[in-house]
Amino acid sequence: MSRIVVLESRCKGCLLCAAQCPKKIIRQSERFNAKGYKIVEVADEDMALCTGCASCAMVCPDTAIRVFRTRKSAGAGE
Amino acid sequence: MNVACDIELQRKLTPGPDETLVFDAPKSLVDTPMHFCPGCQHGLIHRIVARTLDDMGLQERAIAVGSVGCSVFVYRYISMDCVEAPHGRATAVATGVKRARPGNFVYTFQGDGDLAAIGTAEAIHAANRGERISVIFVNNTTYGMTGGQMAPTTLLGQKTTTCVKGRERETAGAPIRMAELMAQLDGVAFSARVAVNSVKNIRKAEKAVRRAFEVQEQGLGFGFVEFLSTCPTNWRLDPIKANERVETEMIPCFPLGVFKEMGE
Repeated sequence: MSRIVVLESRCKGCLLCAAQCPKKIIRQSERFNAKGYKIVEVADEDMALCTGCASCAMVCPDTAIRVFRTRKSAGAGE
Repeated sequence: MNVACDIELQRKLTPGPDETLVFDAPKSLVDTPMHFCPGCQHGLIHRIVARTLDDMGLQERAIAVGSVGCSVFVYRYISMDCVEAPHGRATAVATGVKRARPGNFVYTFQGDGDLAAIGTAEAIHAANRGERISVIFVNNTTYGMTGGQMAPTTLLGQKTTTCVKGRERETAGAPIRMAELMAQLDGVAFSARVAVNSVKNIRKAEKAVRRAFEVQEQGLGFGFVEFLSTCPTNWRLDPIKANERVETEMIPCFPLGVFKEMGE
């Protein structure tokens, strides 16, 4: 399972990441950050679908996303 | 809040034993919130530039020259020495910086109101002289910071606060294509136009910025990259529709590509 971390203090809720995500797992949350922007999130159950492609982080204008890719277990190949 | 102060976040940002961090912020980019409006791609362009400076190992001897407009805060976001130029004069200031310190890497970060309107003369003459500087030019077809007035790059028919019925060719002329214009000049070693509306275009943009920086390092001449960027606030569009407009309206008028590239 790969995963992304959204830096909530940086997110401006523009949703460009959500539009770019090939798995469509990024969505607008119900939470606001200190600047008053409605931030994005990935539901815990959806995170398993994340492939770690980093498309969301690439298009984020505020560099608010970090991407962690899980290495495949030995034998499965890289 | 500084990211480093948030313990819960720090825990999430620590890679697990079988995890690799595949996307992190570049070192040359200051870890701070940016003032840009939601969906504005200025921040993304800063990141591409910072990433290229990191990759080329230029951070320690790079000097950025800021301009006036939304691009003015380059000194807040890029972790290196910066000089702030008067409106439109960034290429002239960069000329001076580079001539005084030829061992340093010098680049300017300018918007379209700055480079293509007020600073056209400075930009064209610096390019024509073949100054060893690199120029990052952000074209969002409007004066963003001052409230969305018509710029020389405004598309025909586009409504702004100073052409409320849309830009007309008869009175305001057609949009100026700076990347093609620069490519005509002998002193220019590299001129390209790129967009950041998709992952594919972002990768091409990274390559173009790298090449524009390399021509300076190789002493070949002036490097120029025009970025097509969004201005959701002044276009009166949401960020996603603004990003789509880049594809549907801007690229047909401002074709992407490399217009000039001098070999080594």
